[in-house]
Amino acid sequence: MKIKQFGAALVAATILATSVPVAADLTFPMLSYRTGPYGPNGAEFADGYADYFTLLNERDGGIGGAKILTPECETAYNTAKGVECYESTKEGALIYQPLSTGITYQLIPKVTADDIPMHTMGYGRTSAANGKVFSHVFNYPANYWDGASVIIKHISDEEKGDLKGKKISLVYHNSAYGKEPIRTLEELAKKHGYKLTLIPVDHPGQEQKSQWLQLRRDRPDYIIMYGWGVMNQVAIKEATNIRFDMSKFIGIWWSGSENDVLPAGDKANGYKAVTFHGVGDDYPIFEELKKYVKDTGKAAGDGSNLGTALYNRGMYAAMLAAEAAANAQKIHNTKDLTGAQMRDGMESLKIDQDRMKALGLEGFGPEISVTCANHGGPGLGAIQQWDAKAKKWSLITDFVESDRSVIDPLIAEDSAAYAKENSMKERDCK
Amino acid sequence: MFYRESGDFKTNYADDQQSFPIKLDRYAVWVLLAFAFFVVPFFINDYWEKSVLVPFLVWSMAALGLNILTGYCGQVSLGTGGFMAVGAYSCYKLMIAFPGLNIFFVVILAGIITAIVGIAFGLPSLRIKGFYLAVATLASQFFLIWMFNKIPWFYNYSSSGMITAPERTMFGIAISGPSAPSWATYLFCLTLVTIFAFIARNLTRGRIGRAWKSIHDMDIAAEIIGIPPLQAKLSAFAVSSFYIGMSGAMLFGVYLGSAEPGEAFGIDKSFLVLFMVIIGGLGSILGSFLGAAFLILVPVLMKNIMVGAFGWPADLAAHLELLFIGALIMFFLVVEPHGLAQLWRMTKEKLRLWPFPH
Repeated sequence: MKIKQFGAALVAATILATSVPVAADLTFPMLSYRTGPYGPNGAEFADGYADYFTLLNERDGGIGGAKILTPECETAYNTAKGVECYESTKEGALIYQPLSTGITYQLIPKVTADDIPMHTMGYGRTSAANGKVFSHVFNYPANYWDGASVIIKHISDEEKGDLKGKKISLVYHNSAYGKEPIRTLEELAKKHGYKLTLIPVDHPGQEQKSQWLQLRRDRPDYIIMYGWGVMNQVAIKEATNIRFDMSKFIGIWWSGSENDVLPAGDKANGYKAVTFHGVGDDYPIFEELKKYVKDTGKAAGDGSNLGTALYNRGMYAAMLAAEAAANAQKIHNTKDLTGAQMRDGMESLKIDQDRMKALGLEGFGPEISVTCANHGGPGLGAIQQWDAKAKKWSLITDFVESDRSVIDPLIAEDSAAYAKENSMKERDCK
Repeated sequence: MFYRESGDFKTNYADDQQSFPIKLDRYAVWVLLAFAFFVVPFFINDYWEKSVLVPFLVWSMAALGLNILTGYCGQVSLGTGGFMAVGAYSCYKLMIAFPGLNIFFVVILAGIITAIVGIAFGLPSLRIKGFYLAVATLASQFFLIWMFNKIPWFYNYSSSGMITAPERTMFGIAISGPSAPSWATYLFCLTLVTIFAFIARNLTRGRIGRAWKSIHDMDIAAEIIGIPPLQAKLSAFAVSSFYIGMSGAMLFGVYLGSAEPGEAFGIDKSFLVLFMVIIGGLGSILGSFLGAAFLILVPVLMKNIMVGAFGWPADLAAHLELLFIGALIMFFLVVEPHGLAQLWRMTKEKLRLWPFPH
């Protein structure tokens, strides 16, 4: 029996040994998920991520002449599988983008010990923006607390600057992810004088009758949602059932994809979500993606996702990783990179609008500049609104800044707590 | 031919009552243990540690715990995930409160705290049985997870509700935290599991174990022949929760390093452990290990074969894996309803007579 089990494991080991990538390639492991209740969302992001690297390989021959590899590992949004995926791909890995807050928390100490950077764009541990404590974790260009603050700013604009006595409800995924904005929203409530109620939805969120019954009774003025996967669709449908005004229902960027609003049909018209990058496929890069990736049959998935909100985000994440890799190659004057060199590339990353234009993404996202102390980037967000007739998202505001006076002290406080728990000292940043 | 008892004479009671009376069995166990303790630590790497061996050991411990309660004492429990969460959160609070404490004692103390909680939730078992008890333990699962979500003291008021294990040591070597060496965490788990598997084996063969087994077979009859059901049932709950609590502490502290209640200790984990016990074999120590190996190692192996060797897409492999595991579970339950341990027992019987079955 035991022998059988050891034999089985032995087979696994030999197989594993053969799949290690050869040197001189740049390896960007993908901890993606295409199965489970979060699969439809995870697949779009993963397609965008993979397709951008395929484009670089096909058009430019990789980054700085080095080919890119993207070994994929299915996590199913499950933390234990995430750890397994990390351990099986970390040999020669340059960067991790796990697209799961739970897995991010798991990996923060591990990547720091293994000297591999991790980029959690718009998710993960928000206080990782403090580069003095989190040396290997980056969450530019925006984080959960920026998102919450931008949403409150938008509501305040709608209400002509007066939120006194307004009732705002937060419907959230009852996990590390959904709980992240609570502190920020509470602080903002003190500042603006609105009343916040918290409504948790347990994983996976297919059943939300009792939550929406409560919302129907409470009659909040606005609902904010931090949901993911099937939970978003169900919440938007339930909101239409209680005839809630969709223009007063605002999601975080993870609750703002086509998958979430399409099942509710025309009734979802007017639903809003905050975002930190452009929407649609009206950018020159999509011509290139069609030419080099989709039409040659090299697209990940079936190639039908080009231009969807999550595809764009995956592509944006890949673009930022590729730019950081190019930056690292320049700094260290080498073609082959290590995780440590990649980290240096990320820490001194600067992307201005000229560069965005050269990439075919003019106006797609804000200018980014990362420093040793600030791993969080500019923290800008815009509001997008769903047009159910045209089946399209459109930006209805400019990219605005979050309320730094509230968020910065919270980041300092939370990162200090982490440093204390792990008996760490802050790095010196010159 | 194999496993022949003839010629293996026992001349005193101690020899006759030892854990492995058959010589070949005994040698096999010693060789296996020697291999696990003295050979594996020299070759182990991070992947083997974090994806194969440590998860296997941690879940074996949980399966051992549930097997004591369900397999030996016959009390069905669906609260395993909740009790593992109790172990994990006590481990976390102890780590934070006593930074200098040896992690070995942290895990044992976490087990003891879980045992106390287990006794409290075991009280209804004196009045209700069977499916109704399963529902009562299910309630404990939901209550405990809800509690760890709701009360911020348990997760030290962190904004996300996640708990993260700081670095804690044993003899100056890090066991938890990211810089813990693979061989150290592996040996730590292996030592705990070996010690407590040995204790479980002997507990179940002794007076207490016989009391559990008689309650399992028929509790009224057991009471009539003089076994107090209160003591027997509550001791089963206590010992079982102790094991499950330790496995929760190891899962959080040594294996994962951070956890949130809903995801790491959800209802699916309760079912996972129950499946391990059923597939491995109810009322068998070996069965606990076989069940854990089946449900933890086979998926990893299949993933490595399909994605690593054949190069299939990761999502296709994930779907096929679910399909195969489901089919294999059904296959084993049809072929041998008493679990993998019974399959092994039958093989042993056959090997004794081989090659002349008549």
